[in-house]
Amino acid sequence: MLRINSPEELEKLRQEILSRSDPSKPCISICAGAGCLASGAGEVIAAFKAEIEKQGLTTDVNTKGTGCPGFCERGPVVIIYPEEICYLRVKPDDVPEIISQTIREKRVVDRLLYVDPTTGEKAIHESDIPFYKNQKRNLISYNSKIDSKSIDDYLAIGGYSALAKVLFKMTAEQVLEEVKKSNLRGRGGGGFPAGNKWEGSRNAPEPIKYVLVNADEGDPGAFMDRALLEGNPHSILEGLTIGAYAIGSHEGYIYVRQEYPLAVVNVNIAIRQAEEYGLLGKNILGSGFDFTVKVHQGAGAFVCGESTALMTALEGRAGEPRPKYIRSNIVGLWGRPTVLNNVETWANVPLIINKGADWFTQFGTEKSKGTKIFSLVGKITNTGLVEVPMGITLRDIIYKIGGGIPGGKKFKAVQTGGPSGGCIPEKLLDLEVGFDELTKAGSMMGSGGMIVMDEDTCMVDVARYFLNFLIDESCGKCTPCREGIRQMLKILTNITKGKGKEGDIELLEELAEVAIDASLCALGKSAPNPLLSTVRYFRDEYEAHVKEKRCPALSCKELIAYHIDPSKCQACMICLKKCPADAIEGGKNRIHVIDQGKCTKCGTCIEVCPARFGAVNKISGQPVPAPIPEDARTLVRKSKEQ
Amino acid sequence: MSEIILQIDGKEVKAKEGMTVLEAAQSAGISIPTLCHHEKLEPYGGCRLCIVEVEVRGWTQLVVSCVYLAAKNLIVRTRSEKVDRIRKMILELLLAHAPDAFELQDLAKEYGADKDRFEKESSFCIHCGLCVRYCAEVKKKNAVGFVDRGTRKEISFIPGIASKECWNCKECFPLCPTEALQAAFVLTKALISSPPSSELVSVGIGKD
Ligand SMILES: Cc1cc2nc3c(=O)[nH]c(=O)nc-3n(C[C@H](O)[C@H](O)[C@H](O)COP(=O)(O)O)c2cc1C
Ligand code: SF4
Ligand code: SF4
Ligand code: SF4
Ligand code: SF4
Ligand code: FES
Ligand code: FES
Repeated sequence: MLRINSPEELEKLRQEILSRSDPSKPCISICAGAGCLASGAGEVIAAFKAEIEKQGLTTDVNTKGTGCPGFCERGPVVIIYPEEICYLRVKPDDVPEIISQTIREKRVVDRLLYVDPTTGEKAIHESDIPFYKNQKRNLISYNSKIDSKSIDDYLAIGGYSALAKVLFKMTAEQVLEEVKKSNLRGRGGGGFPAGNKWEGSRNAPEPIKYVLVNADEGDPGAFMDRALLEGNPHSILEGLTIGAYAIGSHEGYIYVRQEYPLAVVNVNIAIRQAEEYGLLGKNILGSGFDFTVKVHQGAGAFVCGESTALMTALEGRAGEPRPKYIRSNIVGLWGRPTVLNNVETWANVPLIINKGADWFTQFGTEKSKGTKIFSLVGKITNTGLVEVPMGITLRDIIYKIGGGIPGGKKFKAVQTGGPSGGCIPEKLLDLEVGFDELTKAGSMMGSGGMIVMDEDTCMVDVARYFLNFLIDESCGKCTPCREGIRQMLKILTNITKGKGKEGDIELLEELAEVAIDASLCALGKSAPNPLLSTVRYFRDEYEAHVKEKRCPALSCKELIAYHIDPSKCQACMICLKKCPADAIEGGKNRIHVIDQGKCTKCGTCIEVCPARFGAVNKISGQPVPAPIPEDARTLVRKSKEQ
Repeated sequence: MSEIILQIDGKEVKAKEGMTVLEAAQSAGISIPTLCHHEKLEPYGGCRLCIVEVEVRGWTQLVVSCVYLAAKNLIVRTRSEKVDRIRKMILELLLAHAPDAFELQDLAKEYGADKDRFEKESSFCIHCGLCVRYCAEVKKKNAVGFVDRGTRKEISFIPGIASKECWNCKECFPLCPTEALQAAFVLTKALISSPPSSELVSVGIGKD
């Protein structure tokens, strides 16, 4: 590879790359993100290569392993260009048909298309699928356009032009001004304005400064940072280099969690390629600006994503938050000014520079600009990564993009912000998504986790579930977090087991207040969110558990019982055969009865009892009716009598 | 070093630059309760008992005084309804571990903390980190350390080092506000009577 020594040479190379590729030549792009690889994309890619060779099409068709477009649940995802035909859940067996039909005959393979579950309509193009159609994919759309391991592909979509612009046409102050004007706020947690953070570092007197990428992504279920870093690593490097230039830093680190091996591979390849082209390292593009980047693999504890813990870990010590009242953009890594931003925050930077702050601020609400990627999971039809403009309502995300709640169930709440976010109830579904809006509702943006819950979810159990996650992730250094979470979890566990006491809810609130006010880092300060938000919006559920020993969602095992309604049981014996605990008494023409002493509450009987009988009930908060006497159990079939 | 004047509990207090609020208060004879603080050690900010209210540009904030630096014109309140409420809860949480620790009992009296508010926990340790930090920072031996995190976090002697260093030192012992260190040491000693190993052996310090 040749070193590029000026913006002109960069443009020349870009034109060369573009002229080499023929836009009308078919290109099969297969998602090679971690999600699709796990569902077999590797085999699909191999099958495409083999089939193309077998059919003698090697020079007529390109293949590409791309980044994740977000619809991993329907992966492996294959898109055929130039028509942009989108095939889902592709298996190696489908490959010969795709080649002979779609590539040779230009015919669509119907059975691999997206089918709308409500209308039954098929969507040929990615952009016709409602999941994608209602998004605003400023960042993630590039993922499926480029080979995540090719710098030339990134250059072909205009890559590194923002860096060239910054280095040759803008002063550091102008870059700062543009980012400040864009009102870009941190995508990794608190939503702190990036421009202000950068400015603080730039103005700090200490000459050596650092820029860091936070790719720890410890929220279970969230993977937007992985998708960006894996799929489009150069965009992160470009953003980071621009940030370094703006604050006067020459050294950067990318802190990636160990569980993301593919992201580490791809970003290391990207760094090497950028260095070879002279887009990283000494005298970038001949500008005289030097900047190097190293990748650091983190040990994967959730708390290591917290800024001071991350820096302590980078320094080679145990990743524990440290107490301090000076911001790390002034005193950070090795005591020097350090700008730490989230992956997605950095990814926005090249776009803001290229398209301008005014372009960026057209999306969003007054105080939250641009787009945000959410990881939509839970009781929802379409799960995956969704990029939406700030200000979109939760309702639109859940119903227009997510396709609503499956199985005809009712929506109950959506939990946003990761394990220490809060639950938002149905009455707030029209809330506009933004940093301050979510915080006001008792939740937070966090890194963008979004878990949808339906009517079968017990909100007390939800609070217990998240605290149970956090208790293992707290570093244990400070009392209000370590001991506070311990006690809150104990109380919540007791409540879900029917051992709640009068005064428990108030004690929980008191513990929560102390954790918020007195914890050392944001983990402890935000840990009570799931608890407080569920108490705020679902206090009646807590009270039902404590006072009536009743779980309104019929979910807490210790508070429910299964019961067969003798007037509905048709003695079909299905449940009897399926019960793993042998807890059902019955027989031919005998009304079935559950032995409560033996029942393990596995729920099998309610699932298998034919819907037209619907004889099995879950009950809570009331005594189980006494079993009908043995001699009254003979079934009298009314229909047959007549 | 230049002098700063700040206000603590309505009193004008002189402090040197770089002093923490706790040090400034102590120099003026104002006492703030602490559990994890030690003059010879780096500020740790773990127990959170030394929390106070400070007023910066009209904003009231809760900060731990053993870390927060004294600053010109800073207004500090070492007691308030909120501060007392937090200290009471912290003490109650810690008393679940070490109900018999004298230091905690005295403080419990002052703040009206109920030592039986929470069920007793199996470990005495209150995680002040004094033993661990003293050995690391002052003795530079690292013979005792923390293992694991969250509620599973416990102190642990490293037998290989402890067998060489601790016998003649034991300087950390009087620092421990509870019986945890002593208990852990007894257990370690029992362990080391078998051939010493340099491996990290986690030592339970439970009551049973
Ligand atoms: C317990 C905890 C975990 C965190 N984990 C992450 C993380 O995985 N990724 C991230 O970008 N920020 C994480 N943060 C937020 C960071 O501390 C920090 O605010 C962020 O990286 C700053 O970048 P931003 O301003 O671009 O969001 C975490 C914070 C806490 C308290
Ligand atoms: S709040 Fe929790 S995670 Fe943060 S320092 Fe305290 S114990 Fe550790
Ligand atoms: S809930 Fe499970 S164990 Fe209980 S009766 Fe039904 S199938 Fe048997
Ligand atoms: S499956 Fe339903 S109808 Fe059939 S025996 Fe069981 S309870 Fe009765
Ligand atoms: S053993 Fe004692 S000194 Fe060491 S951390 Fe525990 S309570 Fe503190
Ligand atoms: S990994 Fe392929 S769509 Fe996400
Ligand atoms: S003495 Fe300040 S936090 Fe422990």
